Amino acid sequence: MKISLVGVSKRFGNFTALDHVDLEVRSGELLALLGPSGSGKTTLLRIVAGLDWPDAGEVQFDGEDALARSVGERHVGFVFQHYALFRHLTVFENVAFGLRARPRRHRPGEAEIRRRVAALLDLVQLGWLAERYPTQLSGGQRQRIALARALAIEPRVLLLDEPFGSLDAKVRKDLRRWLRNLHAEIHVTSIFVTHDQEEALEVADRVVVMDKGRIEQAGTPQQVYDHPRTSFVHGFIGEAIVVPVAIEAGEVRFDGAPIGIDPQGHASGPASLFVRPFDMTILPTSCEHALKGVVRRIHGIGPARRVEIALGRDGAHTTVEVVALRNQQWRIGQVVGLRPEQYRLFAE
Amino acid sequence: MTVLSRPETVIEAMTEAMTETMSEADLLEPQLMPSAAVPRRAAGVREDPAWVRGSVIAVTVVFLGGFIVLPLVHVLAQAFAHGIRVYFAALSDPDSLAAIRLTLVVAALSVAANVVFGLAAAWAITKFTFRGKNLLITLIDLPFSVSPVIAGLVFVLLFGLQGYFGPWLAVHDIRIIFALPGIALATIFVTFPFVVRELIPLMQEQGTEEEEAALSLGASGLRTFVRVTLPNVRWALLYGVLLCNARAMGEFGAVSVVSGHIRGETNTMPLQVEALYDGYQSAAAFAVASLLALLALLTLFIKIALEARIAKGRTP
Repeated sequence: MKISLVGVSKRFGNFTALDHVDLEVRSGELLALLGPSGSGKTTLLRIVAGLDWPDAGEVQFDGEDALARSVGERHVGFVFQHYALFRHLTVFENVAFGLRARPRRHRPGEAEIRRRVAALLDLVQLGWLAERYPTQLSGGQRQRIALARALAIEPRVLLLDEPFGSLDAKVRKDLRRWLRNLHAEIHVTSIFVTHDQEEALEVADRVVVMDKGRIEQAGTPQQVYDHPRTSFVHGFIGEAIVVPVAIEAGEVRFDGAPIGIDPQGHASGPASLFVRPFDMTILPTSCEHALKGVVRRIHGIGPARRVEIALGRDGAHTTVEVVALRNQQWRIGQVVGLRPEQYRLFAE
Repeated sequence: MTVLSRPETVIEAMTEAMTETMSEADLLEPQLMPSAAVPRRAAGVREDPAWVRGSVIAVTVVFLGGFIVLPLVHVLAQAFAHGIRVYFAALSDPDSLAAIRLTLVVAALSVAANVVFGLAAAWAITKFTFRGKNLLITLIDLPFSVSPVIAGLVFVLLFGLQGYFGPWLAVHDIRIIFALPGIALATIFVTFPFVVRELIPLMQEQGTEEEEAALSLGASGLRTFVRVTLPNVRWALLYGVLLCNARAMGEFGAVSVVSGHIRGETNTMPLQVEALYDGYQSAAAFAVASLLALLALLTLFIKIALEARIAKGRTP
């Protein structure tokens, strides 16, 4: 099912949670809403679900007005951050809840309910826990039961709020892959909210990066990583070295001295230079047109070293961490030049 | 816990706790720390001196005995002072029977009213945000801080003959003051906080996610309430009901103001006890009092059972 959001805005008191958000979710895709806390991603998810209502804007499911329908009528499977399993019901009854809640006409018979719950528990590989209570389950198990419960109503869209947020690192990694495979199997349009970029990049077909109630960029993981459209996206996704520079007379300058890179068509004025740590080459001599700095610290084991370099005339303005190959030898206190191989400039 | 300030004692207490919890895992894993290796010291190091323990326990026992057990025994002794026959004669006196009946009816009414009000108020406070919410929370506690006599007077002022609605009620021949409705109203006022107070913290802790989950699964509002909210708060609700019931049966001050003390009609058990005692019928007074005390004890035992139930984890 296709979901369209047009000009969706939502305020909580003085706080603008969503500011004219437009978004298309394609049928069958697995979409990640990625952003720091307070960026409005959870509010957006809750508005799609029908748990919150926008102050302005439209939400459409396959062209139909979804705002005219209550949460119960939208057929959305919502998986809560803390799972919200019914604590007084067994795992079986939790999963069966949505089926039993149907109006009598559409309610399947007891045998059919048993069959379908059993099938769902098999799908999440937890059939053996059917008679347990939620408090007797581990975090990862609760997560999967919450998913099975949401899937029981055959949702048109699956919404997951920080699905891996309260799990420990190991379980999180396993569940990620598992969710990816599950989505490939059932192929229901799914949106999940996360503040973990690694999670979004690994699991999602498409990533929507949000900040301060606005969408900064939407695209495939590759697109948002390789071609960040704004400085926020560049800083939020993947590591980045950020150097404050100025563009003057068609030259990029740091501390007043030109550093020998192209201004990428930016007009004069202050700007930020963004470089991935492994896209910066350390040059042995301090040549004329390059960033200059002093090596402060070298650390790291394995194939690459991390070299901390203090930039600026006094060597005290900006410290950056550059990834260098192991076979290059640098000394602490050595003056070096830095050349960005790939970089982005964003005007301030 | 002065003893635990010695570091080695703390470590010892910890290792002891560890070996205790380990005993179950022993079968599965090799023992990391054989219990024989844990050094044991003389009991004196780990525990308070005997005389401290002895005197603290003695003070508690003497106090409880003197102030609670002794009066209770005395009530029973006085009730049976003139024999069992007199005891039951006193209880089967029509006025006493009427008082018992009235007390039970009033308790039932206030429990029912408080369950409804309590659930509604707790629901409103914990699941919605609205203006004046803090004021509402403060108001709920008011009956705890106001003297019951004032609670009674409020209703006299409202519904008494000289009260705001008095003349209108008189014209329509509706009796509230010096009748069952007044007694019930005063009791409900006094017992109002019990159920709400039990529900609010629990419902706050539980949040609204489970309700939202139920709604998203297509359940109606009523179904969500009956299948999700109510089961989640049932033990706390029952606990509140119990406290409310105990207070409703024992309430004296507020009821005394609105009842009018008509024997056989508007006297509840506590009022009946007072009336009998004032009339020098001490055996009868103690008989009714003993019944009241028995009801209180029963409530206490159910309460203990419930507390154990709640402590077992807030799950079935």
